[in-house]
Amino acid sequence: MKILIKNGRVIDPMNARDEVADIYVAAGKIVGNGHAPADFHANRTIDASGLVVCPGLVDLSVRLREPGFEYRATLESEMLAAAAGGITSLACPPDTDPPLDEPGLVEMLKFRARNLPGPRVYPIGAMTQKLEGQMLTEMAELTEAGCRAFTQADAPMTDTQVLLRAMEYAATFGFSLWLRPQDVSLAKGGVAHDGAVATRLGLPGIPALAETVALATILQLARETGARVHIARLSTRDGIAMVRAAKAQGLAVTCDVASTHVHLSENDLISFDSHLHLVPPLRSLRDRDAIREALRDGSIDALCSDHTPVDEDVKQVPFGESAPGASGVELLLPLTLKWAREMGVPLMQAIDLISWKPAQILGVPGGNLAVGSCADICIFDETAEWVVTQKTLASQGDNTPFLNHSMQGRVRYTLIDGHIDFEAPR
Amino acid sequence: MNLQLTEDGRLRHLLTLDGLPRAILTQILDTAESFMDVGEREVKKVPLLRGKSIFNLFFEPSTRTRTTFEIAAKRLSADVVNLNIATSSQTKGEAILDTVDNLAAMHADMFIVRHAQSGAAHFIARHVAPHISVVNAGDGRHAHPTQGLLDMFTIRRFKGEFHNLTVAIVGDVLHSRVARSQIHALTTLGVPEVRVIGPKTLLPTGVEQMGVKVFHDMEAGLAGCDVIIMLRLQNERMKGALLPSAQEYFKFFGLTPEKLALARPDAIVMHPGPMNRGVEIDSEVADGPQSVILPQVTYGIAVRMAVMALLAGTGNA
Repeated sequence: MKILIKNGRVIDPMNARDEVADIYVAAGKIVGNGHAPADFHANRTIDASGLVVCPGLVDLSVRLREPGFEYRATLESEMLAAAAGGITSLACPPDTDPPLDEPGLVEMLKFRARNLPGPRVYPIGAMTQKLEGQMLTEMAELTEAGCRAFTQADAPMTDTQVLLRAMEYAATFGFSLWLRPQDVSLAKGGVAHDGAVATRLGLPGIPALAETVALATILQLARETGARVHIARLSTRDGIAMVRAAKAQGLAVTCDVASTHVHLSENDLISFDSHLHLVPPLRSLRDRDAIREALRDGSIDALCSDHTPVDEDVKQVPFGESAPGASGVELLLPLTLKWAREMGVPLMQAIDLISWKPAQILGVPGGNLAVGSCADICIFDETAEWVVTQKTLASQGDNTPFLNHSMQGRVRYTLIDGHIDFEAPR
Repeated sequence: MNLQLTEDGRLRHLLTLDGLPRAILTQILDTAESFMDVGEREVKKVPLLRGKSIFNLFFEPSTRTRTTFEIAAKRLSADVVNLNIATSSQTKGEAILDTVDNLAAMHADMFIVRHAQSGAAHFIARHVAPHISVVNAGDGRHAHPTQGLLDMFTIRRFKGEFHNLTVAIVGDVLHSRVARSQIHALTTLGVPEVRVIGPKTLLPTGVEQMGVKVFHDMEAGLAGCDVIIMLRLQNERMKGALLPSAQEYFKFFGLTPEKLALARPDAIVMHPGPMNRGVEIDSEVADGPQSVILPQVTYGIAVRMAVMALLAGTGNA
């Protein structure tokens, strides 16, 4: 299949390119960028006039819900939703049932995913068996089976000695650990950011300290062991400052935030809408503004959707009893664009945060449009307006705080491995 | 959007006192005043809510509050059904909304809801059909608006005005829905100084943003007060990481005659009940001349009658 993408505004952050050009795709690769290779006869021509052509998006946290939670969403539904969101590679956390703590489970997931249309699926293995925080998993075997990194996801890490051992063991092989900093004792019982709004609403709080105390431990252990650490889902201004300082001191640490936390804050909780029950909790406006600024100045390396589809039953209960999490693969691009518009950030820098940079953190091909690269491409209409509804979302989870909100920016085509895996109905 | 007001600004649900306009608070207090004599009549009934069905929907056990709501509804001639869901369908795993839908199908006009989760009454109010009103009878740590109102009623009866008062709320503000409702009502009604007094472990983060002054020294906090509201300290919180012991708590934050003497000589002492004598309040104070704890209970019935009557749209009848 040879595809010509004509007249699009090609934005390729890795190559610092932003210009109208034609892209030529053949045999799953980008074979020409601006110049047609000799003897190229397209089977299909996509007219991308007025559209943006960028690297396929790379999402660092997408729950596909298999195995174990098929009633919430299936691999089919969520991979399709991710493709509809322009995502061509995704990392899926191991908090499935059973958790991804054995090579067989990882191989099965990869096998299932390979036979379905949609993004490349990169499992993140469990750092400890059953995610219980006690015994290490077979990280080397899991890596051979296809795991790109190891994590506890949102499962608590109560034993600091086990964390130290996990870092030492991972550092032995050069494996990467993705850790969400939250001190389990300080967060105990909490469902919302411990601040003026939770006080007013009478919701048990999770203090910002729960993040910074855990983060101090993680950073100190990383310094000591030399382990490669990626900090997942930062949520506080102080946490961001700590990571920024660690980077300035030369520690090879990266971090991400969820796209929800770039736009929402504790102030939005006032209606007790359980769709705003997120992990980590939505924090103060001051924290949110720090996130927005840190994305601009590069202190935060990537934006992810932290896609967590749940069924409506677990949201149709009072806030504190509801299951946390939001569906988000289809909102990653429009929410990133919204941030860029509001902050006056160039499109190239915004796209970098959801393509090239996360591809580097995950250590996978893609995320760029250089000749010879795999043809993972997202083509979107920067100005198209649409409303988020159950109907306009492909995900089985319509649990998003942005339900009925208007979004600007919509994916028109998603190419994965040179194949058109998603094409928006016209 | 304000869930508890109609488009023309009338009360549709009573979920919280946070954000309710002063005019509505005053209207409820005035209406309660007009119901005060009903309890003293030989026939303690008015026909305002005849033919209306009121469901006491208690997802958390309570005797006192449920009983006063029941008496209030019966004095208005409503039909009252008590459901202690804590011990029935919830334990069979029925979802809260299924329970509500089933009762609505029995032609309920009003739900009085108590639930252990903050926001539960909002959640139900958002779900019910337009003709059904929801009264929050306590949701988690969030709100207990009728208690807050009856406390305002009590203060008005004994002090006349709000604009010249200093009011102290003492004790476990962190876990108290009563304290939150009181703070909103007091600030809305124009009390110039509302104080909260307690150890740091029992005061929530950022409470000063609700418009109160924070004191950790009870003696300093009580100086010059016109009204002292003591909060109940739950048994399970008397020993542990919040407080070392009930004895030490009483020594520093219990209301004794000596500490009461620091307030204004005509200060009144309130408590939402049930009291822990010797933990948050000395019996001598609880039963003393400055205590208005029993009148609070009596007024609670008139205030709840007023709320129900206004919600049923017959407040002026």
